[in-house]
Amino acid sequence: MGTATALKQTPLFETYGKFGAKVIDFGGWALPVQFSGILDEHEAVRTKAGLFDVSHMGEVLVEGKDAESYINYLVTNDVTKLSIDQAQYTAMCYPDGGTVDDLLVYKLADEKYLLVINAANIEKDFDWMKQHVKGDMTLQNISNTVAQLAIQGPRAEGILQKLTDTDLSKIGSFKFAQHVNLDGITDVLVSRTGYTGEDGFELYLDAKQVEALWIKLLEAGSEEGLKPCGLGARDTLRLEARLALYGQELLSDISPLEAGIGFAVKIKKESDFIGKSALSAQKEAGLKRKLVGIEVTGRGIPRHGYQVVSEGGEEIGVVTSGTQSPSLKKSIGLALLSAEHAEVGTPLKVVIRNKPIDAVVVKAPFYKKS
Amino acid sequence: MTKATANLLYSKEHEWVLQLDGNRVRIGISDFAQKQLGDIVFVETPEVDDEVTANESMGTIESVKAVSELYSPVTGTVVTVNEELADAPETINEHPFEAGWLIEVEMSNPEELEALLNEDVYQAYINEGEE
Repeated sequence: MGTATALKQTPLFETYGKFGAKVIDFGGWALPVQFSGILDEHEAVRTKAGLFDVSHMGEVLVEGKDAESYINYLVTNDVTKLSIDQAQYTAMCYPDGGTVDDLLVYKLADEKYLLVINAANIEKDFDWMKQHVKGDMTLQNISNTVAQLAIQGPRAEGILQKLTDTDLSKIGSFKFAQHVNLDGITDVLVSRTGYTGEDGFELYLDAKQVEALWIKLLEAGSEEGLKPCGLGARDTLRLEARLALYGQELLSDISPLEAGIGFAVKIKKESDFIGKSALSAQKEAGLKRKLVGIEVTGRGIPRHGYQVVSEGGEEIGVVTSGTQSPSLKKSIGLALLSAEHAEVGTPLKVVIRNKPIDAVVVKAPFYKKS
Repeated sequence: MTKATANLLYSKEHEWVLQLDGNRVRIGISDFAQKQLGDIVFVETPEVDDEVTANESMGTIESVKAVSELYSPVTGTVVTVNEELADAPETINEHPFEAGWLIEVEMSNPEELEALLNEDVYQAYINEGEE
């Protein structure tokens, strides 16, 4: 059972046990896969609200006169379109168009940005960022001092509002407020973003204060049915909402265009960015592979890495993520398929334990909030 | 309902075995195993007349998050399969020792039962693993 290397922990590690968490190794981090149960937590987020510790995510601060032009060269989206207190989803690519990571860019001030990156990629991303430093700017990896909670679900705003005088209804989608006071916990960045397909907020704060905020939120939300949630439910929620996960839908050999996040790739932005020419060429030639939603209609659940074949038995791609959808009660997944088999309605087969099982390409997202 | 776990034998792979008539046994997974797996959403057992072999894979059980192998605790021929599980695999979470049973097997080598653990030894085995 024991692992040779110590797992990394978030500042909330000691607190998980008090809430009945089952903790597992999640890419080198000791994180809760579930508290009350994945299906129960999933349901809470879809109908009421859930609270997630996502402090393992990485944060990098970019400051200086050239911060904007630096980031704009690094990422595929156009950060010059951002206003202060606005966030943007984007990808960061290699010159060949493969993906380094997907991330959120927060514009804190005219010359100050916060980049939020995936936990498993912190070192790799920070090295990549350092290699491309240019002009009057500084780069700071503040991942260890910043904690993050996500409160998600239709009742998230009402619960969070109990803790603050800041009018949360004024924070639009992909907007945020800085220096918010949440019941005495000061200097919280409150962002209307998330990874579940529901309305909700992501809260960034000093790691030392996160345990207090976790407890205050669960108390404030107890009547509304707020539940602590683990990464198991986070994964089923994001999959139903067709949100990409780095390491599965996105990789160094999968471009953001192939992964279906072309909305975050601004080929037409004036300034150059890493991967621009490769991505332009890909777009012009037409994509050879596309990420699609699939539903397994036979008996079986698609899982990451399972092979996908055509009706004739020809290899056409691979499942990137899959599960039994708790909201739809169907066996669903995302698959990266050769483009000629990617049209909605195309019948195909997923190879599950050496058996080809019937499946079909379907529209994704599988779930949209009403 | 009586809690009928006293007469059960267990494998180290967390299957339980209940002796029925003669060489016939019923097989399921333990309460510990269903808790470890979490919400069970799919189960694939062997079919009637299939042969199973002690300590070898006899099927698959999937929770929302993970895929796990089922290992047969005995060798023999499958005589009955719990058909209810196809549409309601969550029964294994709810009643692992009763309605959540998996299959019944006619054993070809009943001495294999001697290698299995009784309730007390199995509980001690689980507690050891927790540390």
